[in-house]
Amino acid sequence: MNNIIDARGLLCPEPVLLTKRAIDNLPGGSVQVLVDNPAARENVTRLCVNKGWNVKVEQRGSEYVLQITR
Amino acid sequence: MQNKRLLVGVTGGVTGLLAVLLVKYGNPPNMGYCIACFLRDISGGLGFHKAAPVQYVRPEILGMVTGAFVAAALTREYRAVGGSSPLVRFFLAFTAMIGMLVFLGCPVRAVLRLAGGDWNAIVGIVGLVVGVGVGIYFLNRGFSLGRASVQHNINGYIFPGLTIILTGLVLSGVPVFYASTEGPGAMHAPVFLSLGAGVVVGVLAQRSRFCMIGGIRDFILFKDLHLLTGFFALLVVAFAGNLVTGAFNPGFTGQPVAHSDGLWNFLGMALGGTAVTLLGGCPLRQLIAAGEGNTDCVITVLGFVAGAAFAHNFGLAASPQGVPVAGQWAVVAGLVFVLGIGLWGAKQFAATGGVGLEQHH
Repeated sequence: MNNIIDARGLLCPEPVLLTKRAIDNLPGGSVQVLVDNPAARENVTRLCVNKGWNVKVEQRGSEYVLQITR
Repeated sequence: MQNKRLLVGVTGGVTGLLAVLLVKYGNPPNMGYCIACFLRDISGGLGFHKAAPVQYVRPEILGMVTGAFVAAALTREYRAVGGSSPLVRFFLAFTAMIGMLVFLGCPVRAVLRLAGGDWNAIVGIVGLVVGVGVGIYFLNRGFSLGRASVQHNINGYIFPGLTIILTGLVLSGVPVFYASTEGPGAMHAPVFLSLGAGVVVGVLAQRSRFCMIGGIRDFILFKDLHLLTGFFALLVVAFAGNLVTGAFNPGFTGQPVAHSDGLWNFLGMALGGTAVTLLGGCPLRQLIAAGEGNTDCVITVLGFVAGAAFAHNFGLAASPQGVPVAGQWAVVAGLVFVLGIGLWGAKQFAATGGVGLEQHH
């Protein structure tokens, strides 16, 4: 099962809050977060790195797919 | 990651340094920058209110929007988006402005006032932190203003375009706008210095995502010090600068463009803090995002301008003499409105399961 969080169109801190709720309940695995503004990309990345997850960012047009794994 | 944090610190530090410089060259004391005060002055400059001492089209604001627009365009971050509860945003901003004008400053000026020795700012900042806490309570319960979607680029260009036209008119020297002959509106640095200082902060804040509210919010929510770095850099550099220029005058009474009514300093900023936390960022951040093409943030800025006009047309704003009774009632009404929006918004989204958390197999 792959968790996808669609945070497109949301301003901070909502993308970060949605991501936090998802990964706080997971011991590990992978989560995909979709965001569409650079501030959200950076803030979600920072949260995940601080919490010990690995983040891979892929840009698709004007959107970003953050692949978060641990 | 470390570079980004450095950039946030640099943004705060440069803003603090330029603020001291702007005051030295003519801006009102402890008001090198104040997004609330400057939008109020612009509101007066455009004739939306008739308070003669606070009318001036502040080039700092024009520069910030222009700087953010150019920086976003050059880095391909400019994008026209909007449609996330624009009307709610307008009235949250409208109400936030009344709270900030009862305190007499936005979060940036609260820190600049503290850096100048105005201890009333401590009361305001405590109110601000409480307000952010209340906003976080609603966010944790699922409050959301909903998604924005991509719009035709023309939507995003209107606000920066108008800003650039206003800048041109200001630079032409033609006396188109209202301008105070006495009072805070008559105190300003030379136009080119103000405009340049605005552009510098606009570019830096666009690149670093500097946000005063974000700093407090992210620390409470995630124990994340990233944006708070900017908050403290602003305080430390402005404090050091004020010591050098002799502008540090510690005390509660006789502070410039301020009053010492603690209750209303606290409640005004608590109202402002709650409302802008629900809006997602401090007034400065809203200006920058408006320059980046976010039309919801443009609506927010227009809400600030309208709120300032209303506050001065109906005698709600504070002055060094204190807070008018009408202003006190306006803050109470504003708190009821903002808390209502927070509760209702959280309830509705909780009922519909919020937005975006989907699981795919």
